[in-house]
Amino acid sequence: MRAATTTPALADLLSRARSRRALRRRIVMTALGLGIVAAFLVSLMVGHTFYGLDDVWNVILGHEVEGATFTVGTLRLPRATLAVAAGAAFGIAGVTFQTLLRNPLASPDIVGISSGASAAAVFAIVVLGLSGAAVSVIAVVAGLAVALLVYLLAYRHGVAGTRLILIGIGIAAMLNAVVSYLLERSSQGEYQEALRWLAGSLNGASWTATVPVVLALGVLVPVLMSHSRHLGLMQMGDDVAAALGVRVEVARIVLVVAAVALVAIATSAAGPIAFVAFLSGPIAARLVGPHGSLLVPSALTGALLVVVADFAAQWLFGTRYPVGVVTGVLGAPFLIYLLVSINRKGGSL
Amino acid sequence: MSAVISAPGSSVVVRRRSTRVRALWLVAAIVVLVGLACLSVAVGSRAVTWEEIGLGVTGHVDTIGQAAVYKRVPRTILAIVVGAALAVSGAVMQGVTRNPLADPGILGVTMGASLAVVTGIAWFGLFSVQGYIWTAIVGAGVTAVAVYAVGSLGRGGATPLKLALAGAATSAALTSLISAVVLPRGDIVEIVQSWQVGGVGGATYEPLATVAPFLVVGFVMSWGCSRWLNSMALGDEVAAGLGVKVAGARACAALGAVILAGAATAVAGPIAFVGLVVPHVCRLLVGVDHRWLIPFSAVVGACLVTTADVVGRLIAQPAEIQVGIVTAIVGAPVFIAIVRRTKVREL
Repeated sequence: MRAATTTPALADLLSRARSRRALRRRIVMTALGLGIVAAFLVSLMVGHTFYGLDDVWNVILGHEVEGATFTVGTLRLPRATLAVAAGAAFGIAGVTFQTLLRNPLASPDIVGISSGASAAAVFAIVVLGLSGAAVSVIAVVAGLAVALLVYLLAYRHGVAGTRLILIGIGIAAMLNAVVSYLLERSSQGEYQEALRWLAGSLNGASWTATVPVVLALGVLVPVLMSHSRHLGLMQMGDDVAAALGVRVEVARIVLVVAAVALVAIATSAAGPIAFVAFLSGPIAARLVGPHGSLLVPSALTGALLVVVADFAAQWLFGTRYPVGVVTGVLGAPFLIYLLVSINRKGGSL
Repeated sequence: MSAVISAPGSSVVVRRRSTRVRALWLVAAIVVLVGLACLSVAVGSRAVTWEEIGLGVTGHVDTIGQAAVYKRVPRTILAIVVGAALAVSGAVMQGVTRNPLADPGILGVTMGASLAVVTGIAWFGLFSVQGYIWTAIVGAGVTAVAVYAVGSLGRGGATPLKLALAGAATSAALTSLISAVVLPRGDIVEIVQSWQVGGVGGATYEPLATVAPFLVVGFVMSWGCSRWLNSMALGDEVAAGLGVKVAGARACAALGAVILAGAATAVAGPIAFVGLVVPHVCRLLVGVDHRWLIPFSAVVGACLVTTADVVGRLIAQPAEIQVGIVTAIVGAPVFIAIVRRTKVREL
């Protein structure tokens, strides 16, 4: 009798809570989307020469505007597009890894996959003299190889997250030394160039670098999205997911390959932009709350982070910094805050 | 009856023998180091004759070959002292934190020293070696305290994973900050860039003479604390029970390690993994007693950095690979091996 009276009330409460969560999620995602559009437009308008919104709009539509067609169309548009695309790629790939390995520290930039892609890209460019899509392909192959290597080295009676992370840190240190060596050897060892491949930079972004990243997003984000339900179930444990009808091994391979490919392609265009893959997921989780898939919110967070950081890096200080320096300086305190809170409460996003 | 008598006797025999073994290892390591030092003076991108080596070492610079040899001598000495300092620093840090992954590079201490020096050069017109060293030591000390504080929060205290992560995060942040300080200053980029990767190439006698007292003080402090480090390896409570003032001993040993790491970084740039790898190898050979481990680590560390320097000169002829790059490529696999060997529970 009593149960009968309380159940509808409870159901009502639950559904209201659920709709409140859905509302929060919608609001956050809309705000992130609007933020990206606004930052994108501002970074097209502002520079050494200011162009109004109408000029920018005309350039985007393909009309000829004196001065603006070159400055906005050839210089700023590919750069801003690459910022959004690379940020989204890092964000969504990072959160895929973090969810799959159930550890916020297990993002591709911490476990060495970004460094592997970076080292391979430098090798392809400096030693093999390649450019364009070939560099991306080599970076993807190297990223997958490093992922496999870290996984195999961490495998000892099963893979423990902590061991995987520490081994990733070791591999990353070694690969960064390889990058330094290759850059020094190439005698084009300019500090800016080194920073691009160690910390990430959008200097010299062009359509040839940007298009592969956009294409990869177009192909691989739907793949990740189609597996987002599986990802959510696998977070509860492989056995639970298998019991609920997920083919765990297949799903895991698809997710890892897609995420590594995104990271590697974005890295081969913009370098391993520091901390974006690592930070987007936890920031997104704090914004939208703990329920529901984090894939899209993380992609949006990553894109917004990189666009804003690149704009700040170029224009807020006396010097035009590479974006990776700004994300590194801003991201590290947040990483330490996350470490502290993980240490206090145990790990979750 | 005989068993009762022989038991203590045999243990004495064992101890004596192991002391002899340790002494033998130490002598062997010193012999190897002398050999490596000779090799380091003799080998390089320019082939020289025996005659030129003899004349160059004694200070003649009449031919290019002699001049090359003459320049290799301070470089070799620098490699030896930097290697020794970093290895002892690593051994002490591993003892103080009871953490197999402690290393001035991994814990971000050398990066802290770097940032302090770079900031000093860029903003405060720092130019003397003396100034570099003091600044580096302060930077190293602040970073060491901060990383240890972050790493020891929460359950289980300073576990290897937490310390390594706090160190990696801090290193990454400090690297970005170094870039942020250096990039606007085209005039200092070159100085910083050559120094940043960790190199002994441009060594001269003057900085060596300046850094020597700091290294001696750091070494004496570290070695002087070795008995306390031995006790603290059993746990803080046991050490306190054995009459060690744990907090003071820890501070003294850590200060010695920080002075060594800071001074080494000030003259050779940040070099990673020497402090990690060497003490582990040494423990296999001479055991865990810090009284032996610290001097033995110094000799083996000197061997490692000298070898890294020689290898870096040989494999990239006519160019050179910086010592820091070679040690990272050699050291990272050892780091991974240690991680694999450690039980997950202890991470």
